[in-house]
Amino acid sequence: MSLIPFAFVVLITIATIGIGVIATRGAKTASDFFVAGRSVGVMMNASAISGEYLSAASFMGIAGLVMKSGYDALWYPVGYAAGYLFLLLFIAGPLRRFGAYTIPDFAQGRFDSPTFRKVAVTFVLFIGFFYTMPQMKGAGVTMSSILNWPYWAGIAVVGTVITFNVAIGGMKGITLVQAFQYWAKLFAISIPFFVLAAVLGGGATPANAPSPMLKPGTKLKIKGEAAAPANALSFPSSTGVTFRVLTPTRFKVSDARKAEPADDPGSAPLWSADVSSPAEGGVSRAEAGTIITTSPQDRTQGGQVVAKTGPKFEFLDPTEIEVIGSEPVPAPNAPSNEKWLNPYGPMTSKHGYPLLYTYSLIIALVCGTAGLPHILVRFYTNPDGRAAKKTTLFVMVMLGAFYVFTPLWGTLGRAFMPQLYANNSTDAVVIRLPMMLENPLLGQILSGITSAGAFAAFMSTFSGLLVSMSGAFAHDIYGRILRPESSPQQRLVAFKVAAIGVGIVSMLLGLLVEQFDIATMVGWAFAIGAASYFPLLLLGAWWRGLTKYGAALGMLLGGLLSVTAIVMSMLLDKKVLTMDFPPLVRSLMEQPAIWAVPLSLLTMYVVSKATAKSLPSDVTSKMLRLHAPEELGLSKNYVD
Amino acid sequence: MRDDAVGDEALLQRVMKRQAALSLKVAAVFVLLLLGLPLANLYLPRLGASNVGGFTLTWLFLGVLFYPITWVLSSVFVKNSNCIESELVAENTSSSLSSTSHLGNEEGAK
Repeated sequence: MSLIPFAFVVLITIATIGIGVIATRGAKTASDFFVAGRSVGVMMNASAISGEYLSAASFMGIAGLVMKSGYDALWYPVGYAAGYLFLLLFIAGPLRRFGAYTIPDFAQGRFDSPTFRKVAVTFVLFIGFFYTMPQMKGAGVTMSSILNWPYWAGIAVVGTVITFNVAIGGMKGITLVQAFQYWAKLFAISIPFFVLAAVLGGGATPANAPSPMLKPGTKLKIKGEAAAPANALSFPSSTGVTFRVLTPTRFKVSDARKAEPADDPGSAPLWSADVSSPAEGGVSRAEAGTIITTSPQDRTQGGQVVAKTGPKFEFLDPTEIEVIGSEPVPAPNAPSNEKWLNPYGPMTSKHGYPLLYTYSLIIALVCGTAGLPHILVRFYTNPDGRAAKKTTLFVMVMLGAFYVFTPLWGTLGRAFMPQLYANNSTDAVVIRLPMMLENPLLGQILSGITSAGAFAAFMSTFSGLLVSMSGAFAHDIYGRILRPESSPQQRLVAFKVAAIGVGIVSMLLGLLVEQFDIATMVGWAFAIGAASYFPLLLLGAWWRGLTKYGAALGMLLGGLLSVTAIVMSMLLDKKVLTMDFPPLVRSLMEQPAIWAVPLSLLTMYVVSKATAKSLPSDVTSKMLRLHAPEELGLSKNYVD
Repeated sequence: MRDDAVGDEALLQRVMKRQAALSLKVAAVFVLLLLGLPLANLYLPRLGASNVGGFTLTWLFLGVLFYPITWVLSSVFVKNSNCIESELVAENTSSSLSSTSHLGNEEGAK
C-alpha cells in the first residue's frame, strides 16, 4: 500500500539482525547457546520473556477478537497474563533450581527415565510447531496488507532473519533481541492508540461506543467458498441494505438467525435483485452490476412474532460488493452493541453453554501458560530460584501494561472500521485502523509503527520457539538419545544444523495455514500445553509419589485427547467433517481443558499409585534439589 | 556421620509444607476471582453493566483492574516466599552444619 509502513518494517528487521549480531559476540559455549550462560539479570530476562511471549496472537489477534466478540474475548489477554501467577506459585522457582537445559531434561532427571525424555521431546516439538504456524501466518498477512506482497513473502523474510539470528547466537544471541522487542511492542501498541483516540475522539471506550455503521460507497471484499465460514455476510435484522455486486459470483441465502424447531415456516423472501436469474439447487447468481436489496422478516412461533432476521449470504466465488443508498447502514457480521458489550455474547454462547465455555477457556489459558516449553526454558537462564520468582513478577507487570491496550484497539476498530467485520479480517485491525485517518501521512506513520510492532512480535516469538525446538533436537535427540558420547562442540554444531532445519520446516508449515485464525491456532498450543506439561510440572514439583509411568501416561492421554478434540472441532467448523454432536459435546470439544486437565492429573495420580514401586530411590534428594534454597547447597544444576 | 536420609526427609517436609501453604493461599484468592467473576456476570448482570467512566463495571474489572490485582498477589507471594527461604536457611545453618556434604552424593551432571 505504501512505502512508509514498509520502511518501518525494514527498520525493525535491521535492528533485529544488528542487535542479534552484537549480542552474539561472546556466545561460544554450549551453555551460552542453550541457556545464555545462566547469567541473565532479572530485568533483562523479564523483558526477554515478555518479548518472546507477546506473539502475533497478542499483538494482532486479541484486538481482532475483542472487536469481533466483545467482552468474552477479554478473557484471552487476562488468561495470557494471569497464567503467569500459576507459573509463579507452583513452577518457576522449583524448575529453575533443577537447573536443566530443556524441559525434557527435567522429565528425564526427575524420573531417571530416558524413555520419558522421548515423550517429553515429542510434546516440545508438537507445541512448538503448532505455535509457530500462527506466527508465520501473521507475517504473511501483514506484508500482504501493507505492501500487497504475496502471502509467502512475509513468511520468507521473518523465517530467514530469525533462523540466521538463532543459528549464529542461540539463546545468548536472542535474549537481548527479545528484550528490545518487548519495549518496541509496548511502544507500538500504546503510542499509536493514544494518537488515534485523540484524533478520532469518542468511541474509544466500550460502553460509549457508537453502533458500527457502513457509509454508502463502502466496498467490501469477500472471500470465496474456500475460506468458509469466512465467506458469509449476515445482514442486519433491523433494516434493509442495498448493495451492488462488482464481480460476478454465485451465492446461497439463508436466515441469519439460527432457526428453532418451534418456528413457523417462513414465507416472504429475505432479498430481491434488480436483475433476477433463476436459482439452481439453492444457488443463485449475480452478474457484475446487479443490485441486491435485503428485506428483514419476522419469524413467528404459533403466530406470535419471536424474532426478526436478516439474510445470511454465503458467497461461493471471491467477489467485491459496494454498499449504496443515502444513509449509513448497520455493518454486516457485527454483533449488536448489547451482545458485544455484555458477557456471554456470541463467542461463549454459540453452543448454548456459556458458563461452561468460559470456565474451560480460563483453565486452558491459565494452565496452558504454565505449560509452554519455550517459555519455561527461559527460567533456566536465571542465576537462581529467587531470581526466577522475581523475574516472573516483573513479567506479569510488563505483560499487563501491554495487554491493557489491546481491547481498546478492538473497541476503536468496531467504531471506526466496521468493514473489517464483513471482510472477516478483524485480525488486521491494528495494522489497518491508522490508515483511516484523514491525514494520510500521520496514518501511514502510525500504521508503520504498528506494523513494525507486529513484526517484532512474529520475530521474537519465533526466535524463542526456534531455540526451544533446536534445543530439543540438538540437546535431547542428538546429544542424549542418538549420540550420548558426542562432545559439547559437536552438540553446538548440531544446534546450528537443527536451527536451520527447523527454520525451513516452519516456513513450509506457515504456507499451509493461510485459512486458519491466528487466535485459534495459538489456542491449540495452549490447550495441548495445559493438559500435558502443566500437570507434569505441577505434580512433578510437588508430589514425590509421581512415577514415570503415571507422568508419561497422563501427559500422553491429556495432550493427545485435547488435540484430537480441537482438530475435530475445527474440521466440523470448516464443514470438512459432517457429524452431528449434541451442543454440550461440541462445546467440550472446542474447549477441552475443563475435562482434559483433570483427566491428565487423575491419570497421573492413579497410575502412579499403581506403579509406586518404580519410584527412584533418591526421590528425596531430587525433591530437595527442587525446593531447598540454594544457600543450603542441596540444589545442583542438572546440567552445568 | 549424621543420618542424612532422615535429616533430608525432615527438611524436605518443612520446606515443601511452608511453601505449599503459601502458594495455596495465594492461589485460593486467585481462583476465587476466576470462578467468581463469571458467576457474578451470570447472576448480577445489571450491576456488571453499570457505566463507570465509559466502561461497564465488569469490563473495567476484567479488562483493566484485573492486571494490577494479579501484580499485588504475585508481589505478596514473592515477598513471603523469600522470607520463608531466609528463615529456612537461618534454621538449618545454625541448628546443624549439615549441608555441604550432600553435594558429593548427587549423580548430578553427566
